[in-house]
Amino acid sequence: MQRIGVFVCWCGSNIAATVDVKAVAEALGKEPGVVFFEDYQYMCSEEGQNKIKNAIKDYALTGAVICSCSPRMHENTFRKAAAAAGINSFMVEIANIREQCSWIHKDKVSATEKAIVLGRAAIAKLHLNAPLTAGESPVVKRALVIGGGIAGIQTALDIADAGFEVDIVEKKPTIGGKMSQIDKTFPTLDCAACILTPKMVDVAQSEKIRIFAYSEVEAVKGFVGNFNVSIRKKARYVDEVKCTGCGLCTEKCPQKKVPNDFNLGLDQKRAIYIPFAQAVPKIATIDADYCTMLKTGKCGVCSKVCTAGAIDYKQKDTVLEEQYGAIVVATGFNPIELTKYDEFAYSQSPDVITSLEFERITNAAGPTGGTLLRPSDGTHPHKIVFVQCVGSREDGNGCGKTYCSKICCMYTAKHAMLTREKYPDTEVYVFYIDVRTPGKNFDEFYRRAVEEYGVHYIKGMVGKVSPENGKLMVRASDLIEGKQLLIDADLVVLAAAIEPDKSARPLATMLTASMDTNDFFTEAHPKLRPVESPTAGIFLSGCCQGPKDIPETVAQASACAAKVIGLLNKDKLTCNACVAHPDEMLCNGCSTCEKVCPYGAITYESKEFRMPDRTTRIRRVASVNPAVCQGCGACTVACPSGAMDLHGFSNRQIMAEVDAICK
Amino acid sequence: MQQVIRDKALSLLEAGKVDRVLAWKEGEFFYDQTPHVFKTAEEINRSLVYNGFSAANLSKYLVKETLKDGMIAVFLKPCDTYSFSQLLKEHRIPREKVWAVGIPCDGKLDIDRIRKAGLRGITSIREDGDRLSVSTIYGEKTVAKSDALAERCENCKSRKHIVYDELIGSEGEALDSGRFDAVEALEKMSPEERFAFWQKELSRCIRCNACRNACPACTCEKCVFDNPASGIESKAPASSFEEQNFHIIRAFHVVGRCTDCGECSRVCPQSIPLHLINRKFIKDINEFYGTYQAGENPDERAPLTNFDKDDMEPADAFRKGE
Repeated sequence: MQRIGVFVCWCGSNIAATVDVKAVAEALGKEPGVVFFEDYQYMCSEEGQNKIKNAIKDYALTGAVICSCSPRMHENTFRKAAAAAGINSFMVEIANIREQCSWIHKDKVSATEKAIVLGRAAIAKLHLNAPLTAGESPVVKRALVIGGGIAGIQTALDIADAGFEVDIVEKKPTIGGKMSQIDKTFPTLDCAACILTPKMVDVAQSEKIRIFAYSEVEAVKGFVGNFNVSIRKKARYVDEVKCTGCGLCTEKCPQKKVPNDFNLGLDQKRAIYIPFAQAVPKIATIDADYCTMLKTGKCGVCSKVCTAGAIDYKQKDTVLEEQYGAIVVATGFNPIELTKYDEFAYSQSPDVITSLEFERITNAAGPTGGTLLRPSDGTHPHKIVFVQCVGSREDGNGCGKTYCSKICCMYTAKHAMLTREKYPDTEVYVFYIDVRTPGKNFDEFYRRAVEEYGVHYIKGMVGKVSPENGKLMVRASDLIEGKQLLIDADLVVLAAAIEPDKSARPLATMLTASMDTNDFFTEAHPKLRPVESPTAGIFLSGCCQGPKDIPETVAQASACAAKVIGLLNKDKLTCNACVAHPDEMLCNGCSTCEKVCPYGAITYESKEFRMPDRTTRIRRVASVNPAVCQGCGACTVACPSGAMDLHGFSNRQIMAEVDAICK
Repeated sequence: MQQVIRDKALSLLEAGKVDRVLAWKEGEFFYDQTPHVFKTAEEINRSLVYNGFSAANLSKYLVKETLKDGMIAVFLKPCDTYSFSQLLKEHRIPREKVWAVGIPCDGKLDIDRIRKAGLRGITSIREDGDRLSVSTIYGEKTVAKSDALAERCENCKSRKHIVYDELIGSEGEALDSGRFDAVEALEKMSPEERFAFWQKELSRCIRCNACRNACPACTCEKCVFDNPASGIESKAPASSFEEQNFHIIRAFHVVGRCTDCGECSRVCPQSIPLHLINRKFIKDINEFYGTYQAGENPDERAPLTNFDKDDMEPADAFRKGE
């Protein structure tokens, strides 16, 4: 029989205002096995912890039930206190009477009743607790960064700078991400390439960083400190070692009609290409969908002109198996598809473009060499209408997003300002719901656009854009003047909402990392642990976690790196003590648990058994590697015979809790 | 066919290929056969039978029989090979100790159905193509075989043998059966009607455990219902309907592994249509995760112990049940 102490916390008024803590303590004091009970204002305080320690010693307690906040908050605090008083730390059970009781109920009588029931369940469970000891597992001192945009680059550079090896997996043929497509950056207007490409070169030159470009993560196994990752290197049909990046093949390739995705389809590239001049790694890639040689077997021009002999039409995808201690997700964002926004005529007129397309048109390395020209006829637009919040801040019933994409106000101000700066004869209108400029020097930047550059900011949304006689007729309302406007624009630029990259959802599944309804990765804590996923060993960098501008992304990327470095710096991690274990006499050897184990912790072995009928039998039974088991319990529910059980959360303990609640 | 099978059993035994033969033996009544392990030629010649009443799925008995030394031969009807394959997949039977002989089957007979057709005092039944000649104490009668088939054979899912070492007769194919029609009818009922249906059926349960003992998916080293530590063993029922818990728990324990062999309903002395519970699960799995038949593909991973990125979200499955 256990000797149990019950400690009821008031949590100031957080619990005590809704739950009669004294009544709870007294009621639980009458439960079998309870030899001591107490309530106190703050059990987590030094004084509160001392009360627990003293009671353990004075009353020779074998276990403690703490009725307090969620175990996510203070379970560790109380476990350490119990250990300090000389009992096993797993002899502590938390009854969550705050998040699961006082915070969600208003009526004191029923909340008190529920708190007693929750405490009773914890006592029933504690009666079946046994001391547990946690093992240790080593840490693989290498990190994986998934995504090679500015977030992934910055995280990788910082981790490498601390002396750890980092691999970057990028699905495109080059790292650089969205930032490499952007022309200028707000609020200082420095050229994006000028500040990004040195970092890309640093990555290429770092001895600690390997780049797996044109590659994708295919499978993730393992757990914090010991991830096993399969990386698929897609066939480029070019030998990465031999290719010098001279670009001759990209000039001679006769297949010229390949949409250039780097320029968002605004111009065309060859079937063998290097996305842009500063690409890292600078290796040519053959687009298998367009290459005549790969499709028909007749051409081979690139192979003939390549002096390095790097072209390899027979190249196949290869899958690498690598080990990592930590994984950083930096999968970034994309503008949403605008096909459902027909009112803006995006699919009807080439002169209705997205802001990212506008970046390419104004970029010196873009399809127009940096001259602002209309995609339809290559003339200068003299009247431009910018529409903000296209797909952002919608009511959730339409095709857009409910959230604010955060970056659009600033880049639209930038576009408007740069247009007026370079082409003063151009009239610029910006339609907005609100202008949001919280950020260092951001509001000043926006005001310059209005005050110095004379951009017409009009509060109101555009209702319809219709192409008429080479013009775009923009019908909109001015909410402040209270009138309808009709503008004959030459170019319409839509600030499309941004959304997480489509690869994020399947990746989250592979990583068992959680996501919100918008497919942004969720943080371990929205305020206090913003760069970690709730899944141990998975870290978040950049827009995969939420919309961000470049300064914020870089700051988060470095914060993320600091967390990774903190993990990789450890030689050993304390394992989970609540691991699965089979009752070998009940085990059928059916392998069901092995199949459902997401960590590969279960293997099977043939063992000799002395059976109850005094015969000897070789039986196939499950065996759990406690260093790998994370205690998720998937095997315990999948086991058909009930042979698999979890230390600390045994089937009997859970049934005892249910019985105590239903009593 | 009986003679072909006897000859096969004898030759396997005589050639020393196997030490024992698992087949059917006539029981107390001619329609009441029992699985039996034959060890001698004499025994085979005397009592090995195979006819319309050789219904028992023999695969399950291999779990215990293969613990013994030596090889055993077994005769498996197409649907029995599904169970055999599933048991191999679960490592319950060492493949190398079994010589599996696939045998043809054109449907097994249900004595209760023949009786329900109004025939009393039956002394023997002879199969004559698609007619049955029934000898009764009141004289000779005939009945169409299609009117005497067991439910599971009327809705036969497959005439294909999944695993075997040798085959008697030719290979059949999986059939397009109407086996889910009855489940659909249940699904169309209102919750109250459905509850009343199952209350009526399951209240007849006498908890004899025959369904569990015959089920080829129920081969646990120790059944939870026999395990004092499980906390659900030998509790006295408070009402006749309480045995629903036994059947619901049992259905959950075999879900994704049930090959729909129909043994549970066949052996039930109270004629409870237990197979409908399992079929509902099979139908749900088909609808949620794509068509899957346990036992059909020895290498395929069962949907409930597998995770696919395209898997239905639990919330969608829940909404479907609304």
